Amino acid sequence: MSTVHEHAAHVHVPPDNFMARWVFSKDHKVIGIQYWCLALAAVLVGMVLSLIIRAQLAFPTHNFELLSKIFPNGVAGGAIAPEFYLSMVTMHGTIMVFFVLTTAPMGGFGNYMLPIQIGARDMAFPTLNMLSFWVTFAGFLVIMAAFFVEGGAPLGGWTAYPPLSALGVIASPGQGTGMNLWIVSIAIFCVGSLLGALNFIATTLGLRTKGMSLMRMPLTVWAWFTTAVLALLSFPVLLGAGILLLLDRNAGTSFFIPGGLVVAGEQIDHRGGSPILWQHLFWFFGHPEVYIAILPGMGATSHILATFARKPVFGYRAMVFAIFAIGLLGFFVWGHHMFVSGMSPYTGLAFSLVTLAIGVPSAIKTINWLGTLWGGRIRPTTAMLWSLGFVSLFVSGGLGGIFLGQNAVDLYLHDTYFVVGHFHLIMGVAAIFGMFAATYYWFPKMFGRLLNEKMGKLHFILTFIGVNLIFIPMHGLGMIGHPRRYYDGSLYQFLGGTDGLHTLITWAAFFTVTAQLVFLINLVWGWSKGERAPDNPWDSTSLEWATTSPPPFENFEGDEPEVHHGPYEYSLPGSARDYVMQTDAPSRAPAQGG
Amino acid sequence: MAVAQSQSSGLARFWGGGIHPYGISHKKLGMWLFLASDSLTFAALIFGYAYLRNASHDWPRPFEFYPSIVVSTAMTFCLLTSSLTMVLAVHHSQHGDARKVVRWLVATMVGGLAFLILHANEWRELIQHGMTTRSNPWGDPMFGATFFTMTGLHMFHVLTGVLYLGYVALNHSRGKTEADSVEVCGLYWHFVDLVWMFIFPLVYLMSVSLGSATH
Repeated sequence: MSTVHEHAAHVHVPPDNFMARWVFSKDHKVIGIQYWCLALAAVLVGMVLSLIIRAQLAFPTHNFELLSKIFPNGVAGGAIAPEFYLSMVTMHGTIMVFFVLTTAPMGGFGNYMLPIQIGARDMAFPTLNMLSFWVTFAGFLVIMAAFFVEGGAPLGGWTAYPPLSALGVIASPGQGTGMNLWIVSIAIFCVGSLLGALNFIATTLGLRTKGMSLMRMPLTVWAWFTTAVLALLSFPVLLGAGILLLLDRNAGTSFFIPGGLVVAGEQIDHRGGSPILWQHLFWFFGHPEVYIAILPGMGATSHILATFARKPVFGYRAMVFAIFAIGLLGFFVWGHHMFVSGMSPYTGLAFSLVTLAIGVPSAIKTINWLGTLWGGRIRPTTAMLWSLGFVSLFVSGGLGGIFLGQNAVDLYLHDTYFVVGHFHLIMGVAAIFGMFAATYYWFPKMFGRLLNEKMGKLHFILTFIGVNLIFIPMHGLGMIGHPRRYYDGSLYQFLGGTDGLHTLITWAAFFTVTAQLVFLINLVWGWSKGERAPDNPWDSTSLEWATTSPPPFENFEGDEPEVHHGPYEYSLPGSARDYVMQTDAPSRAPAQGG
Repeated sequence: MAVAQSQSSGLARFWGGGIHPYGISHKKLGMWLFLASDSLTFAALIFGYAYLRNASHDWPRPFEFYPSIVVSTAMTFCLLTSSLTMVLAVHHSQHGDARKVVRWLVATMVGGLAFLILHANEWRELIQHGMTTRSNPWGDPMFGATFFTMTGLHMFHVLTGVLYLGYVALNHSRGKTEADSVEVCGLYWHFVDLVWMFIFPLVYLMSVSLGSATH
């Protein structure tokens, strides 16, 4: 019955069948790398789409010959059609939010590191874990198929607002098969995510090794655990909403379609529904999703800042409660996406207050990160730079949220580039920075080789400059009043004078994407030729550094490690080294959890 | 600091490892978590129903005492009885009586199947009366859409549950009596019943016409 017995019965030999070892693997480490590779493939697709979007915005009259060869319908004669532009926006958002920002931090790093960091041999349900990945992978194939079906990719935005998303081809060719595939893909993704989340929660609660009490868990584990709770409770709502939308499109129901709608001169034969209902259901998922994307980055940042400042995390306990508070409040703020939907001003006020309340735990986290750095002996490694970049972007992105969270201000800024700049900074780029930090920090553990630090730092500096040049000016565009999703600003007189900013942003986007080549080269070089990584290259404390690089099958040679220390015991007075690993023998005075 | 120390006693401070939290197995915890998640899928549908019904000005109440309420009460009776037989199956599994376990699991399946047959017949009759997902003879078309969606998703759960029960019963009859597999299956089955206890009043009882004189 007890896990100790189950483990004793394990044989520490991986299956010798290639398929069982590397493809349909139940090993959380292989699954973690599979998720990570899926996210890498998805982010490359998403980046190409963003370049098409940016190219069109800065050079709307340009003749895109290459594109017209790939998409003869959407880019007929080299001119990007408005519908094609919108489908690029939709697919960029969908692929990035689901298959990158949800997949990499949680499915990738969480899968790989969470069991090791709590001293477990694997996840609680290894078979389910394998299923979660392959279900997610199937979801990715379905969404990619939307590019190639008749009518092309959907154009309803990543939020798939009805009635546009509910009506079918009458709304636009892409809203036919493409939109159906979109919904099916997201429904599949929901199933994969909630199964994965269930696994994370059961693993964290049940599989911690001896001595790994809750308050000795690294903040990364707390972050993944909270993320899993959010995913478990928010994805099923999107799944339910997706089913209803699919029925509206294919079974004649009208959940999201109001009566009296006339589209393309034709009376729509539906009545009784409400597009606002979709917004409620979607954002009940959609807002927690923002935290699903960024909480793991916060966890990694706390972990990495402490490691390279050689100091304990300032206010460990406060950090844990702040993660919880952000997760909990995240379920009660969805209405701030709907301030202009005609909701009662009193409801808007309530949503506004709860939204601004999230500023408190966010500020606690930021202040504690700074407190961790204060007076530290900072080692400016690449991972450290990315984590500092995370804090910087979290602040500059978060401050935009203070504006948007107030309904009076939001009425003006809603659906402008201010929103685009804000959410890209905070949930896009900050989360990506967290992932890059995690990659540079854990790559030696995952692949047994070190990445090149010089190239990593170059990658950081170029990317940091690039993303700020892209997204800070967007706030300005929004304040001028530039609406998002317009495919050609030059058609509107009131947007005269914004083309300079658009050109700057587009060049910055091309610059940033080009800079990612440094990362890809570093990855390939490090993976094949990088210096062999020692077990603990960063002098770090948590359990993944107490095993080999990469860890053996089932993570630890011999018995599971026993934990005697908190996760961040750096620079303790009187100790021989400037760090105490969690597995080190107990000191005379029992150490506190944090 | 004293407060922090007293707080860190107990679960947060001492952890022997390999303990099942709350004294339940991973499988059982996993099922509880799945049910928490699944209840939110149903919650989304019920919220949609409440939202649209409140927004409607001609929401129909076409159900008569007979046949609708009588039949749905019989269906409720089937499901509740199957919960009782499920409890008996779990009871015997804890006493290691595999033969009785199989017997009560089959009885539970019969309850579920009876529910499904009555339900399918009810759907058939409603469709014959002209109620579809697109329209119905009585008023707001969303009456049919919400009815078929909510009861349909629930029916799918009952069907899955019957298959799941059959799988566990088959394992038991073959002597593969894994610890608490019956109880975990029971959790799912009781959850499906519980969902029905929301759908029954919300969809059936609230759709009864209280007589034209009062409304």
